[in-house]
Amino acid sequence: MTGGTYLGMPAFPVAAREAVRDGVLRANLRRATHTIRDRRARAVAELADWDRLRAAGAAVKDHTLRHLDRYLLQLEEAVNAAGGTVHWAVDADEANRIVTEIVRATGEREVVKVKSMATQEIGLNEALEAAGIAAYETDLAELIVQLGHDRPSHILVPAIHRNRAEIRDIFRAEMGRWGRPAPDPLGDDPRELAEAARLHLREKFLHAKVAVSGANFMVAETGTMVVFESEGNGRMCLTLPETLISVVGIEKVVPTFRDLEIFLQTLPRSSTAERMNPYTTMWTGLGPSRGADGDGPSAFHLVLLDNGRTDTLADETGRQALRCIRCSACLNVCPVYERAGGHAYGSVYPGPIGAVLSPQLRGTDSDIDASLPFASTLCGACYEVCPVAIDIPEILVHLRERVAQGGPATRDGIRVRIRPAHGHAAERAAMRAARLLLDRPGALRAGERLLARARRLAPRRLPGPGRAWTDTRELPPVPAESFRDWWTRERGTGR
Amino acid sequence: MRVALFVTCVNDVLYPRTGIAVVRLLERLGVDVDFPAGQTCCGQPQYNTGYRHETEPLLRRTAEAFAGHEYVVTPSGSCAAMIREHYPRIGRKAEREGRGSGLADAARSLAPRVHELTEFLVDVLGVTDVGAYFPHTVTYHPSCHGLRGLGLGDRPRRLLAAVRGLRLVELPGAEECCGFGGTFAVKNPDVSTAMGTDKIASAAATGAEVLCGADNSCLAHLDGLLRRADVAPGTPHRPVPRPAPRTLHLAEILAATEEEGPLP
Ligand code: SF4
Repeated sequence: MTGGTYLGMPAFPVAAREAVRDGVLRANLRRATHTIRDRRARAVAELADWDRLRAAGAAVKDHTLRHLDRYLLQLEEAVNAAGGTVHWAVDADEANRIVTEIVRATGEREVVKVKSMATQEIGLNEALEAAGIAAYETDLAELIVQLGHDRPSHILVPAIHRNRAEIRDIFRAEMGRWGRPAPDPLGDDPRELAEAARLHLREKFLHAKVAVSGANFMVAETGTMVVFESEGNGRMCLTLPETLISVVGIEKVVPTFRDLEIFLQTLPRSSTAERMNPYTTMWTGLGPSRGADGDGPSAFHLVLLDNGRTDTLADETGRQALRCIRCSACLNVCPVYERAGGHAYGSVYPGPIGAVLSPQLRGTDSDIDASLPFASTLCGACYEVCPVAIDIPEILVHLRERVAQGGPATRDGIRVRIRPAHGHAAERAAMRAARLLLDRPGALRAGERLLARARRLAPRRLPGPGRAWTDTRELPPVPAESFRDWWTRERGTGR
Repeated sequence: MRVALFVTCVNDVLYPRTGIAVVRLLERLGVDVDFPAGQTCCGQPQYNTGYRHETEPLLRRTAEAFAGHEYVVTPSGSCAAMIREHYPRIGRKAEREGRGSGLADAARSLAPRVHELTEFLVDVLGVTDVGAYFPHTVTYHPSCHGLRGLGLGDRPRRLLAAVRGLRLVELPGAEECCGFGGTFAVKNPDVSTAMGTDKIASAAATGAEVLCGADNSCLAHLDGLLRRADVAPGTPHRPVPRPAPRTLHLAEILAATEEEGPLP
């Protein structure tokens, strides 16, 4: 995966330290994640067949991934037949180049954008800007992030780290530079803020000739694109402009229209805790009623994005991450995300799914990507809520192995052996030493006795890696006698 | 009935009282306890940190140590989950890597015989009232691997609720992780500490005298934070309300009786 927005990010623990110490941020995140977490639990509890929906969602995704080549070709044919044009992009650079060329060909210098993870993943806005094309985010939260010269910190609520007062300040300072200024005076009441955004965006919708979107699903059998959203701004972008460009990851395809039935139930409940999302927009190429009568775009381009997905698909344990429907339920229940915030994950995909997706899409070479698999206590809360049953802890452990011990992986379609990441040599030696000790009960007993004899020394601070424990925690007191010795004394030798 | 106790390395080295409590409790319930001396560690720290190959000899050793025992009982949800969930996985991977079915067979044979203590009491022995007496206010933190890995559900709380003299108070946000996470505690110390102090603050707010758990590794982390009065200066970790509860393994509560009192 290319798209260098996050290159040179520090490792997760370093970035997380900043967030943990930011009291305002922690309070914002705690309030937001706990509210949505509880609402999701209630929305899911309404469905008696949730477990079956979850299993069905996983099964549809797994089946599609197993036959991805076939379904993608079927999709391409259907989109072409409906008057659309399909482009294939192997990585971020290629996708950005394709989109830039399409926009250039229209002669426009502005595009409006529907909230989309894929375009953020490839850094499309930056690429367009470099080509002299301005991209305007139209999702309210994305607008806040864009106006604040900020980065998204949540999949669904990119400005989750901001509170109302901060948002008002951003609107007041920035809106005027990009279009219609914020009303003056502007309070921090959510309704007032939404109205300011509405007025600002309305102008953009009415002017825009080109829109860029992603898609939540693509139906192979019909060539239909599906976008789920809450605000209706997406629908504006999908219907008003003349040219529509959708950049979509290849794993977003499902075989049939009927398969949507599962995700129409599981996605809204998992993401916004709604029974149904307010706006579901579907379109099939230019469609029978589109284009000709001036209703809807007259040109539709679909850019199918790989960017590391085929490599991920080659990994038996890791491939289940491609089932992800980006609902963000795993972020909202994650205790680590709640303290560290989204930015610490160094990717547009934060939280548990980011910790398993980024090191697969981008590889484990950089400090941040090598540290992400360790950014979890393996508490399993993410797996429990995931509507497509991705066993995130299992993938985390699998990727930890790749980082710590090295192992096979696929990069750019070629099977390679990943070497252990640097900085793990001491740990590797310690793990080996511990194992050698633990593999000999006699040696373990001798060690226990040594420890018991030295128990009065009981240091409060350890040097080296142990410092990370004793900086904030006392060490457990060492008992005078191990269990093993107690047993021998009381009961004779073990059987 | 005869069971083999898998005490776990953490309890063997640091919390022998928990092991002694399990022996006392099970014997009181008429169960004979063996302690196979070949046992050491299930390999969870190695496995969860990414050292699967270092885990394999420990898998083999653990399976051998408990071969022939119909019931293996352990006072740790996470070690039970390691054996039941991850041993078969390690075996399958070794098989796929072309290293024969030895590990997989060993894992398959051991996994179904391993029971976490509260599972063994409630499901196998069929008891919730174990005849214990503990006149204190207690709140219970369900550790994640027991809660989500094994699906222990309300077994521990049912056992505690049946203890005479014990007043059980609900822990708000009980299902949230305490932040220990094995090597996570030292690899991500800031987040770990933040999670732990939040957990302690919730426990202290209940007014409980005892914060009870069924996994001593999580309790070591919480206890370590509780005893360190001067939590890292300059960080906005919530100050722990006083008086703070003390941590105690569930087995030690269940082992205490009116006649014998708590463990010496
Ligand atoms: S991993 Fe699962 S829970 Fe997380 S965003 Fe993806 S689908 Fe949702």
